[in-house]
Amino acid sequence: MTVPAPVPASAAAPTVTPAPSTRRPGPRLRTPRPGTGGRGRKSPLLTVLTTLVLVYALVPLVWLLINATKTQADLFSSFGLWFGDSFALWDNVQATLAYDDGVFVRWFVNTVLYVVLGAGGATFLAVLGGYALAKFDFPGKRGVFAVVIGAVAVPGTALAVPTFLMFSQMGLTNTPWAVIVPSLISPFGLYLMWTFAAEAIPGELLEAARIDGAGEFRTFFRVSLPLLAPGIVTVLLFTTVATWNNYFLPLIMLRDSSWYPLTLGLNAWNAQAATAGGEAIFNLVITGALLTILPLVVAFLFLQRFWQSGLAAGSVKE
Amino acid sequence: MTARPRRLIRGTALVGTLALALTACSSTDDGGTGGEAVDTASVLETGGEITVWAWEPTLEDVVTDFEAAYPNVTVNLENVGTGNDQYTALQNAIAAGDGVPDVAQVEYYAVPQFAISESLADLSDLGASALDGTFTTGPWGSVRSGDGIYGLPMDSGPMALFYNEEVFTEVGVDVPTTWDEYLEAARAIHEADPKAYIANDTGDAGFTTSMIWQAGGQPYTVDGTDVTIDFAGDEGTSTFTEVWQQLVDEELLAPVSSWSDEWYQGLGDGSIATLTIGAWMPANLESGVPAGAGKWRVAEMPQWEAGQHATAENGGSSLAVPAASANAELAYAFVEYATAGDGVQTRVDGGAFPATTAELESDEFRGKEFEYFGGQQVNEVLADSAANVVEGWQYLPFQVYANSIFNDTVGQAYVSGTTLTDGLAAWQQQSVAYGNDQGFTVSE
Repeated sequence: MTVPAPVPASAAAPTVTPAPSTRRPGPRLRTPRPGTGGRGRKSPLLTVLTTLVLVYALVPLVWLLINATKTQADLFSSFGLWFGDSFALWDNVQATLAYDDGVFVRWFVNTVLYVVLGAGGATFLAVLGGYALAKFDFPGKRGVFAVVIGAVAVPGTALAVPTFLMFSQMGLTNTPWAVIVPSLISPFGLYLMWTFAAEAIPGELLEAARIDGAGEFRTFFRVSLPLLAPGIVTVLLFTTVATWNNYFLPLIMLRDSSWYPLTLGLNAWNAQAATAGGEAIFNLVITGALLTILPLVVAFLFLQRFWQSGLAAGSVKE
Repeated sequence: MTARPRRLIRGTALVGTLALALTACSSTDDGGTGGEAVDTASVLETGGEITVWAWEPTLEDVVTDFEAAYPNVTVNLENVGTGNDQYTALQNAIAAGDGVPDVAQVEYYAVPQFAISESLADLSDLGASALDGTFTTGPWGSVRSGDGIYGLPMDSGPMALFYNEEVFTEVGVDVPTTWDEYLEAARAIHEADPKAYIANDTGDAGFTTSMIWQAGGQPYTVDGTDVTIDFAGDEGTSTFTEVWQQLVDEELLAPVSSWSDEWYQGLGDGSIATLTIGAWMPANLESGVPAGAGKWRVAEMPQWEAGQHATAENGGSSLAVPAASANAELAYAFVEYATAGDGVQTRVDGGAFPATTAELESDEFRGKEFEYFGGQQVNEVLADSAANVVEGWQYLPFQVYANSIFNDTVGQAYVSGTTLTDGLAAWQQQSVAYGNDQGFTVSE
C-alpha cells in the first residue's frame, strides 16, 4: 500500500506549464528561459497531452480522497469515483487512529523517526560527500565516481537480503537501527549533491575565503552551505520520499510490529482481510493511506519553491 | 488457518531464501530433547519468555488467558505477516540463525516444506505422541511426516458449500448436491442475470488442489526426498478438470480474485452465489460481508458421484516449534495449551473452527445457531464435513513455491485458450524442475 500518486503529480507540475519560447518553431519543452518573455505559442495538442498526464496523475489521488469518505458498506455498493450515501471521513479518521489501541499513531511516529534520522542523515552525508568530491582533488577520485554511479544503478531491494544477514550477525535486526542505518546511504543523493556543488559554488569564492584566512570548516559552513541550500532541499525531498515509502527493507528487518513504519502497518491491515477470522477493514486501510500521503503532499507543496530554484541554479551564466 | 490467494510478487524473494535455508539447515541437528515427554506443569511453573509468530486473530485472547493462568510465563505475540510474508521472515531468521521465534503459525500446505528442511522440532519427543486421537484425521495427517510430528493442528478447514439462498430462490434452482447439478445451476444463474455467477475463480492453487483431493486424486506422492508429481495420469484430477473446464469454457465463473474488494462486494450483492471453501469462512462472512446477513446458508460440498459424502480440507494451520528455538519445552507447553488445552474454547468463542474431535462432537458446538445464516446450525454441517475428509492426500515438500507459480501456469486457463489440463501439465513440469534443483528426486 505505497501510494505513489502525489509524487508524479507534484513532480510533473514544473513540466506541465512550459515557459513560452519565441525563438524557433520547434522549442525544446524543458528549457525555461527567463527574460525571453513575451507572446506564448498555444499548442492544442500539447494542452491535451499535458491535461491527460495531469488527469492520469491525479485520478488515484482523487479516488483515494473520495473513498476515504465512505463506510465499508458504501465502498462495496457505490461508484468508485463518486461519493457514497454517507460522508464518513471523520469517523474513518477517528477509527483509523483508534483501531488496535491506536497502533496507527505509533507507526506514524516510527515513520517520522525513520525519516528524520534516515533521510536527514542521508542528506547530511550526501552534502558533505558531494561537496568534498566537487571541490577537492585527491587521488582515486575517478574510482569513487565509478563506484557512486554504479551504486545508483543497484536497487536497494536487491541488497535487502544480504543486508539482513549482515545485520543479524551484528544483532541489529528487529531494531530501528536496521531501518535507519541502511537509509543513511543515498548514492543518488550524493551524485546529485556532487554535480550541484560543482556548479553552485564558484572555485574563486572558496579561494577568496581561504585567502581571507577561513579554515575549511568555516568555509564550508559559512560560505558554501548557504549556496547549497536549494540542492540540499532537493536531496532532502528525494530521500524523504524514499524513506517514507520504504517497504521492502523494513519488511525484511522488522518483526516487532511496534517498530513498523506506516507502509508495513497498512499492508498488515490490508492482509488481514484475506485471512480466516481476520476482520476486513478496507475503509481504514484507505483512510490510513490518505493520512500516510498527506505529510508528503505538504512537504512537496512547502518545499517546491526551493526545489524549483534549485533545478535552475547553475544552468545559466550570470 | 487461511486459504488465501497466494500473491506472486514476493515469490522470488522466497525462492532465494528457500534455497539458502535448505542448504543452511541440512546441517542443523535434531534439536529435540530426546525420549522423555515434557512435564508441562513444571515447565510452566518455572516460566520464562517465548516469542510467537502468528497472524491468527483469536490467539491474542489465548495469550491473555495463558499469561493469567501461568504468571511466570511471558508470551510475545508478533504478527510478522500473513502466509508467505511470515514464511519468508521465518526462512530468513533460520538462515541467519538469529531472531528465530519459539512458536510459528504454519499452514498445513507449508508444513512439509519446513519439516523436510529440519527447520521444525519434532514434537513427538516433547509429548505430542500422546495426543493421537485428539485431532481430526485431516489436520493430524497434515502435521505428521514419517514418524515425526511437526506441529499441532490449530484449526481446520473441512470444506462445505456456502450459498446465497436468495439467489437460488429467485432463479428457482435447487441447491446442487453433485458437481453436475452445480454446472446446471451455474448455467441457470448466469442466464437469469448475466452479471451473476455461481462462483468466482481466477485460478487458486489451494482451491484446485482441494477439489482434486475431494475427487480422490493423489497427484503428489512424497517419500522422504523422493517425490512424484503426476496430474496427467491422476483420476481425481481428470474428474475435476472435466467439470471445471466446462465452467471455464462457458464463462460461468466470475473473473474476480478471492479476497479482493470486488469479491467482498460480489458476496454481498448476490453476483457471486456460492463459495466452496473451508469451515473457517463464517467469521469472515460475518465481519467482511455485512450486506449478506440472513441470506447465506451452508450445505454439504457437492459430490462427484451422487450419494457420496466425500470432502477435503481447504486451508487451516498449525502451531509449530522451530528447531532453533532456545526454549522448546516452554514453547511446546504453549502450543499444547492453545491447540488441545483450554485455548481451544477461547478460540472457538472467537469464531475459529477447531481441529479437535472433542469440540467438533460436542452438542454445544454443533447446536450453535448463527444469526448471520438465518439461525442455521452451521457447525453441524461443517463438523460432519471434518469427519468425511478423504484420506491419503499429501502436499509437496515445496508446496509454497509450487503455489506461487500456479497463476503463471494453471491460471492461464482462465484468461487464454489453454485448458486446465495443459495448465496443470505446465505446473507439473515447473514444479518438477524446481524440486530437482532443490535436491529432491522428483519423477513424473
